[in-house]
This record gives sequence, structure tokens and C-alpha cells, in this order.
Amino acid sequence: MKWKVIEKSKMPVLIGELAKEYEVFVPVKEKNMVSFEKFSSGNEAYLDFRNTKKPPKEVFFPQTETLFTHRIGRKDIEVVESPAVREKRVVLGVRPCDARSFVLLDKFFSSGEHKDVYYLGKRKNTTIVGLACNHPLSTCFCTSLGGSPFGKEGMDLLLQDINDRYLIETVTERGKELVKKFPWLKDAEKANIEKAKKLSEDAENAVKSKVSVKDVSEKLDRMFDDPLWDQIYQKCLGCGVCTFLCPTCCCFDILDEEGNGGKRVRIWDSCQFSCFTLQGSGHNPRPSGKERMRQRIMHKFNHFVKNYGESFCVGCGRCVQECPVNLDIREIVGAISTRPRK
Amino acid sequence: MENIENSIREVTKKLLSEKKVDMIIGYEQGTLPLRTTPCFVDKAEDVQKLVWNASCDANLSKHVVGRKEKVGVVTKGCDARLIAVCAIEKQFPRENVVIIGVPCLGVIDRKKIEAKLENKEVLEATVEDEQIKVKGEGFELVLPKNEFLCDSCLTCKHRNPPIYDMFVGEKAPEITEANEFVEVSSLEVKSAEERWEHFKKELSKCIRCYACRNSCPLCYCKMCFVDQTMPAWFGKTNDLSDTMIYHIVRAFHVAGRCVDCGACSRACPMDINLRELTKKIEKIMKERYGYEAGVSLEEIPPLGEFKMEDPQEFIK
Repeated sequence: MKWKVIEKSKMPVLIGELAKEYEVFVPVKEKNMVSFEKFSSGNEAYLDFRNTKKPPKEVFFPQTETLFTHRIGRKDIEVVESPAVREKRVVLGVRPCDARSFVLLDKFFSSGEHKDVYYLGKRKNTTIVGLACNHPLSTCFCTSLGGSPFGKEGMDLLLQDINDRYLIETVTERGKELVKKFPWLKDAEKANIEKAKKLSEDAENAVKSKVSVKDVSEKLDRMFDDPLWDQIYQKCLGCGVCTFLCPTCCCFDILDEEGNGGKRVRIWDSCQFSCFTLQGSGHNPRPSGKERMRQRIMHKFNHFVKNYGESFCVGCGRCVQECPVNLDIREIVGAISTRPRK
Repeated sequence: MENIENSIREVTKKLLSEKKVDMIIGYEQGTLPLRTTPCFVDKAEDVQKLVWNASCDANLSKHVVGRKEKVGVVTKGCDARLIAVCAIEKQFPRENVVIIGVPCLGVIDRKKIEAKLENKEVLEATVEDEQIKVKGEGFELVLPKNEFLCDSCLTCKHRNPPIYDMFVGEKAPEITEANEFVEVSSLEVKSAEERWEHFKKELSKCIRCYACRNSCPLCYCKMCFVDQTMPAWFGKTNDLSDTMIYHIVRAFHVAGRCVDCGACSRACPMDINLRELTKKIEKIMKERYGYEAGVSLEEIPPLGEFKMEDPQEFIK
């Protein structure tokens, strides 16, 4: 059966049971902030959020990650790889925009010759339980980027809030396996499915913010020296809010840290930082905010499109909401898309 | 408010057309309710974009440092004080900046409104005198403005720029009675262990995005201590010890300079109240040296000079 239902009051039971077998990540509310945390007896899942402050990318791509440690002996150097995450994981409550980001991140981390074992290792063990979005925010523009509030891309299961219960839609084999572990879940009735369909249509219509990315990549091809870049970066503070809260941004830096011997760690990096791509010689190919802003836009709407066939943005709107100076990416993309062809 | 907005447009238009400045830095309407965004105007006809309201929260003095042109800046009390501090620190010649002073009755803290509304989103907002009217899907609320101002504005002692070249509108009544160190005092009465736990909890939320640093007009170092790589001075991971040392050193670096404009706390996406650190240092500067940053261009900052009568009880 593809469709099941669960009463909302039973969700803690389901999550509790899941946690016996899996490492479970759920949205947790503290003060006014909702973020994904590892579920434990000390916290509880909070599923009535619009979207989480931070995206769930850190489940696979933590802000700080030790890649290996090393110890220098008298004759040799011993390198100890970081143990792979073996626990089976479930991330529950992922909004469709964020689930889509995993599909894009998968492309980024698995393409070409070098596979990112750290990201892919964790990804392989993880089941994604999505949560459809009944009430998109005014800053959401997922429908412009190929997503939708009830989209299933990147999910194994999709929970759909139909008032007092969640309709559970099975998306993949892995999702099916997970559902099998809960024989007490009831089969959905036709009315439940119809109700969800109606909510899905309403939600889709509620995404009012539209961005046209159709010709953007092609236009950007000819805009490297465009005067637009001289204008838009001026108010940018050069902080990492937009990139760190972005579900798809995944640039990182590598550091060697002193430790017991030493360790090599990777940390999130941001193209907006002044030391991003600062070279050992002291030369920086992106010396000012202008080049760095251009890099962010180019990577999302040109380079990624060329390499993987779609934009590197899922339209979650976090950067729009949280930018300290209200620099709105929708306006930048809009300005590019309305640029006359040269 | 509207009068001030019109006056701002008039004076900036004049400044630009008479070529007294090359550029005006002010605010324009943002893309979201209760938001404005910094705006850079170099043509007299574009001054119509400029707005003035209770959402003009960015500290525009940030955008003066590093500019070669002569600029006119729409300036609240805190912005003016930071222009003064940066001018004293020789970041630009004072005469390169025309300070267009505006009276400020405080800026709105959108995070307080978000907290009040929980999951509801403001889709429309208007601010009238003492009220903020917010509208969204299925709700309409009138909020008393005073309860939704930034903490730094609630006890601000310089709602009018202490230094300016021209002043727009009528001076705002200054707040005289409020104790600006009330938050500091509530931390001071705690034990060292309690304070440590408090700061550990707060700073563990930090994602090292440096919005606090980059929104601060005083953080103009070409290479921040935390970005030094040859060799690396401090750790850049989000391990708590790395994060803590970053915040402590940053707070120290603005000692005797910070004017409590609140930009760092407003910029923080993780709702960390960074003012808890800087306000304590501001209090120490006031108690020990009777010094308030950015109110005079002549007074030498106490941490920039030595006087025989400086308190030095630490030398035993």
C-alpha cells in the first residue's frame, strides 16, 4: 500500500520507535528557532514550523568535519582515517525545497572522478522523510526552480499534514522498507488522499513569488564584465549568512589543526568571505565584493547549470529572509533575466 | 516621519546637484515588510528613492570606510558616533563625509515581531507614531512600537547625532532616565560559573558566518585576526572553544570604540545577543575613564593614550 495515515498524536511514538534502530534527526524548537537536531530523550520533534532556520545539509555536510588524524612517529607518519558513520539515519520533517537540495548536493559530491566519501557515506545510510509544505512563505520561490510545496524529489517518504493526521506517501523502495517496520500504521482512505491533493494545489498557488531562471544561465555567459556587478555588491557586508543558511551552498576550506599529533578538518567556507580563494602567494582572484557576489550568482545560475543541467538554488528563501541588509537574490536574478540580449 | 523623508530628499538633491558630494548613502524601501536596504545615490534625480522610517536599521557608517569619494550619509545618532570613531581612527578624512543628521526614535526589531507572531508571517506593515500595524494571512494586529524596538534603542542616550553637518527635522527628545546597563547588571550578579554556562549556551549557536563582524562599522581591519592563515592565529571551526575565542577577541577589539548601535545583534541569524559582551566593556569604559565613544572628535580615546591619573590598580 502506497498510502498510510498516522494520527498526529502518534508521531512521538513513531519517532521513539525509529530512534531505537536509527539515528533520527528531527526539527526541534528552542526559543523561537527551529533547527534539525539529533532526537533524544531530552528533546522532542516540532513539526508545526514554516521552515527551519538552518537547512538540514549539515546532517551530511557538517560545518566542521575531521577527515583524518595523523601522528608523526620516528620513522613514519601514521594516518588514521576518520571512522565512517555506520549508524543508519533518518531525517524526518524535511521540507520539499530542502529535500531537493540533497538531489543537487548528490550531483555535486558524486560527479567526476573524485567521489566525496564523507558526504556520500552518510547519505547512503540515510532515509529522508519529507514534510509537505501547506503554508509557503512569501519569500518561497521553489516553483520557479523546479520544486513544489508537495514535491517528492529527494525523499523516501512524504508526510502530508491533513489536519489531525499525516498522510504518508511512499516514494522509494527504501521508504517502503521503513513503513513496513510500523505494521500498526493504518491504510489511508480515499478521502485522505483527495484532501491532500487539494491542499497540494492550494499550496502550489500560494507560492506567489516567481523568479524567471529560463535564460539566466545563457545571459550570464555574456555578463562577466557587466556593470550590474558594480552596483549590486555595494550594500553586501561580505558575511556568510546567505551561503551558510543556503541548503545547496557547500564550498569548504581545509585546515590542519594541532591535536594529538594533528588532524585535517574541513569547515564550511563562503564565497562571500574576503579570504575565499585567497592564494598562498597573497594573490586573490576575487579581490572585492564585486567578484565575490558575481561568483555566488555565477555558481548557482551558470556554472552549475552547465555542469549538472539545473540551477543550484531550490528557492527556499532563507537568504532573502536573513540577509542583514535585505539584499534579495530574487531581484538579482530578475535583473539578469530582464537584461536585453546582447 | 514623512516630513523628515521629504527633507532628506531635498537636502540630498541639493548636495548632489551642487556637487558638494559625489554620492549619498541612505535607505530605500526593502523587498519585505518592515525592511529597508542601503541605497547609494549618485544622481540628483534618484533621491526620490530615499526613505526614512523605523526600519532604517542598517548602520550606514559601515559603507563609508574605504570609500574615496566624498559622500553624504543619512545618519542616526549611532551612525554619527561611528563615523566619528572611524574618523578619529583615520579611516577617512572627516571632511570627506557630510553627516546628514536625522532624529531617531529607535528602529524596529523584526526578530521581536517574529517571536510574537510565532509561525505567522507579516505580509503588510505600517508604522504610525507609536503603533506598528501588521497584517498577514488571517490576522491583523496592532503592536505598541516601544515593545518592539531593538534593545539598544530602548536606552539609547543619543537619539540625535552628537556630531553632524546638517540636521533634518526636529531634534528627538533624549531618553535620560533609562538605565542602559540593566542587562549587564543582570549578568554581573550571576556567579562566574553561571555566566560561563550562559555564554557557552548562547555562543554554541554561532555558525561562524561573521555577520556580527561584517555588520560592524568598526570591523574594518584589512585582515581580521581570525582570518590570518600564515600562520593561523585562531581556530576557525565551530567547535565551542574556537567560537568563544573569536567572540571574546572581537569584543575586546571594539573596547572603547563600540557605541552599542546593535548592528551585530540584529545581523546575527542565530539570535545571539552579542551586545551582552560589548555592553559590559562599554560600561567599564564609562566607569573607569568616564568615556563615551563617538561623541567628540577632539577627545583622544582612553585606550589610545596614557595619562598619569589613569586607573592602574592592577599594578601592585
